[in-house]
Amino acid sequence: MKLSGLQKQVIHLYRSCVRMAYKKPVEYQPHWRKFTRDEFDKHQHIPKKSFAAVEHLIRAGTRRLEMYSNDQIKDIH
Amino acid sequence: MFKAITRLNTLGLRRTLATSAQEQRLKTFQIYRWNPDTPEIQPKMESYQIDLNQCGPMVLDALLKVKNEHDASLTFRRSCREGICGSCAMNIGGTNTLACLCKIDQDASKDLKIYPLPHMFVVKDLVPDLTHFYKQYKSIQPYLQRDTLPTDGRENLQSIEDRAKLDGLYECILCACCSTSCPSYWWNQQEYLGPAVLMQAYRWLIDSRDEATKIRKEMLQNSMSLYRCHTIMNCAKTCPKGLNPGRAIAEIKKQLAFD
Repeated sequence: MKLSGLQKQVIHLYRSCVRMAYKKPVEYQPHWRKFTRDEFDKHQHIPKKSFAAVEHLIRAGTRRLEMYSNDQIKDIH
Repeated sequence: MFKAITRLNTLGLRRTLATSAQEQRLKTFQIYRWNPDTPEIQPKMESYQIDLNQCGPMVLDALLKVKNEHDASLTFRRSCREGICGSCAMNIGGTNTLACLCKIDQDASKDLKIYPLPHMFVVKDLVPDLTHFYKQYKSIQPYLQRDTLPTDGRENLQSIEDRAKLDGLYECILCACCSTSCPSYWWNQQEYLGPAVLMQAYRWLIDSRDEATKIRKEMLQNSMSLYRCHTIMNCAKTCPKGLNPGRAIAEIKKQLAFD
């Protein structure tokens, strides 16, 4: 299946989230992975044609990723 | 005494409160609504009827009234309600201005449309995302830079004439009304600094106490940061504080031309 640009952006965001999880302490990494999945699953019902909504979610997600990437933040629930 | 009152009543001279005597003057406010919790629902304009006789004179009063009495979910920034904080910048009736300084048009037959600042990402309803705007402000290093300590060991003195140069620049409250009204800023938000930030850049360029003038000029010496200004002058027209960012940008261009 050929992915659209927007879908690629979503996957890129997801992968950078997973990569970020690897930088967290080993014992908390499953929490981060679960959190990432849950956050993405929350919006799974949005149709791929509603571009404005997906674009907004990518923007919001990138901002949150930036925030959580801080080394001071170790764990998440 | 009772007799006197009843007599007055029969004559139709009963005393009433000044406001209750007037009839309602309903004005429609159309407000941009969008909720990030349900991003798949398109943004829409919602109408609210406000009685102008029961409402303060400014648009912010009307917004607060809507929030208090009609719809508590309406979201907007506000703080000082006197035009000194710049929180309530929004697009009212087609112009960017501060809701707390904008009088409601008393003509009740016309609708008033309220949008968030144009060409900014919306956080919710009337709240724009100003992160990038503040990042740009940070990039011009808006603070005093000196290598030498003051001669008297206490403070950096400035002559009255040098201080007068800062008038009309330091009053800026960074409400982002001017930047978001500039078409050039709309199309080149990532590279072009925008009128508000450039005016602050100029404010630090001409400060007699600042010694980093050379570095500051070098930072602006490229095709995007400064020269995307095409003297459209929407900035000076819209500024709710009556400042003139367009002039400040022209002054920077003049200074850079001699480098």
